[in-house]
Amino acid sequence: MSLAVDLVMVLLILTTAVWTILVRDRRDAVIAFIVLGLLLSLVWMRLMAVDVALTEAAVGGGATGLVLLRACARLLPVEAEGALPGLRLQLAVGALCALVAAGLSAVILAPVDPAPTLAPAVAAHMDEVGMKNPVTVVLLAYRALDTLLEKVVLVLGLIGVWALAPDLFWGGRPASLRAATPSGTLDFLARVLPPVGVVIGIYLVWNGADHPGGTFQGGTALAAMWLLIMMAGLGELPETRALRLRRLVAVGPALFIAVGFAGFWMAGGFLSYPPGLAKPIIVAVEVALALSIAVILALMVAGPAAKEPER
Amino acid sequence: MTPATLYGICAAALVAIGLFGLILHPTPLRKVISFNLIGSGTFLLFGIAARRGAAAGFLGDPIPQAMVITGIVVAFAATALAVALLLRMLEAGAPTVDGSPDTPDDLSP
Amino acid sequence: MSLLLHLFTVAAVSAGVFFFLAGTVGLLRFPDTLTRLHALTKADNLGLGLIVLGLLPQCPDVTSALKLVAIWALVQLGGATASQLIAEFARRDGGGR
Repeated sequence: MSLAVDLVMVLLILTTAVWTILVRDRRDAVIAFIVLGLLLSLVWMRLMAVDVALTEAAVGGGATGLVLLRACARLLPVEAEGALPGLRLQLAVGALCALVAAGLSAVILAPVDPAPTLAPAVAAHMDEVGMKNPVTVVLLAYRALDTLLEKVVLVLGLIGVWALAPDLFWGGRPASLRAATPSGTLDFLARVLPPVGVVIGIYLVWNGADHPGGTFQGGTALAAMWLLIMMAGLGELPETRALRLRRLVAVGPALFIAVGFAGFWMAGGFLSYPPGLAKPIIVAVEVALALSIAVILALMVAGPAAKEPER
Repeated sequence: MTPATLYGICAAALVAIGLFGLILHPTPLRKVISFNLIGSGTFLLFGIAARRGAAAGFLGDPIPQAMVITGIVVAFAATALAVALLLRMLEAGAPTVDGSPDTPDDLSP
Repeated sequence: MSLLLHLFTVAAVSAGVFFFLAGTVGLLRFPDTLTRLHALTKADNLGLGLIVLGLLPQCPDVTSALKLVAIWALVQLGGATASQLIAEFARRDGGGR
C-alpha cells in the first residue's frame, strides 16, 4: 500500500524533471526546478532523513531557486531559446543517458547484504557528546573537520562572487533587490514575517541538538528574512567593504578554527572536545556558524557589487 | 522491492535526465539547472545508502545524511558562483554559445 | 472515544484533499491568472485548514497541536501575500497567461 504512494512520488518527480529539461521558457524551467526541490524534500521524509528534508526544502529548493530566478529576471527573453539540437543528436545522447541510468540501477538493485553502515559506531559514543540528534553529532563532533572545510568553501564562494565585480565597483553595494514598482503587500509581509522567521530560525538552530534541525536550516531561515526585508525596500543592502559585514561573515569559520586549535591544548587533537565540555562548545560554535551562514547565503543571492562605493 | 530501492531507481533516472540536459542545452543557465538535477540524483543515491544502513536504533545511517547536507549547501554555493559568473560574462559582452550565434542570452537594459 | 477521533481525522483530511483537488482542477481549467488565483487560494486555505483540523486529534501534546496551527497561519500569510503580488503583476501585465 505504501509502495503505491512511493510509486506516485517517483512518477511525479520524473515527470517534473523531464519537464524542467524539455520546457522552452527558461523561467518555466526554474519554477519546475523549485517544485522538484519541494517534491524531493518529501522523498527525503519518506527515506526517514528529516534533517536532509529540511535542508533540501530550504537550500536546495528555496535558495538555489531564488538565485536562478534572479538570473532569469536579468536575461532578455529570446525566442527559440531552450530548443534542443536535432533529433538524431537527442536520440544518441538519450541512449548514452539510458546507459548511465541502467548502470546506476544495476548497482542499486544488487545490494550488499548486510548493508554497510556506520550507525553502530555513531551510537557508541553519542552519550559522551550529550546530544540526541545523530546527524548533528556527526556534523559537529565526529566529522567536524568536514563542516569546517565546508564553511571555508562557503566563504571562498562568497569571495568568488564578490571578485566578479568590476574594478570600479569593488567594495560598493550589490544591485538592489527591490522590485521595480513598490508593493504595499510585500511591505506588509516584510513587516509581519521577519520577527516570526527569526524566532523560527533560532528555534531550528537550538533544537538541532536533540531533534531534527541545525545550523544550515536555521541560518537559511534567517537569511531569507533578511532578503525579504531588502526586497521590500525596508532595508538597504550593505556595502561589501563594510567591516561589520566582513566580521559577521568571518566569525563562524574563525571561531570554529579557533576551537579546533584549542583542541590541541584541551584534549590532545585538532577539533577534539574535552569530555563534559563538548555540548557547550558545540552550541557556541553553532550560534556563530548560523550567523555566518545567514549572512553568507543572503550575500551570495545578492551578488557582486554593482555600484561605486560611496566616498 | 522496498521504497529505498524504488527511490534508488528514481535517483538513477534523475542523474540520466540531468546528464541529457547538461549535454544538449546550449545556454549556460539551463546547463546549471541540469547540473543541479544531476546533483539531486546523486544525493538521493546517498540517501538510499543511508536508509539501507538503518541500525543501532536509528532509522537511517547518519553519516551519509550528514554528507548530503554538506553537499546540498556546497551545490548552492557553486550555483550562486556559476550564475554570478554567467551574468558577468554577459555584461562583459562575451558570447556564451559556441557555434550558435542565433540563440544568444542577452541582459535586460 | 479514540475511534471517534480517528473517524474525525479521516473525514476531515479527506474533505481537505477534496478541496485541494478542486483547487487543482480550477488551476488547470480556468481561463486566466486572476480566476486561477481565486481557485487556488480558496481551495488551499480551506484544504490545508481541514487537514490541520483533522490532524489535531492525533497530536500527542498541546505543543505539537499549536505548531500545526502556527504552520497553517504561516501558510495563510505566505499564500495570501503571494497571490496578491501575482494578481498585481497580472493586472499590470494585462490579464496574464
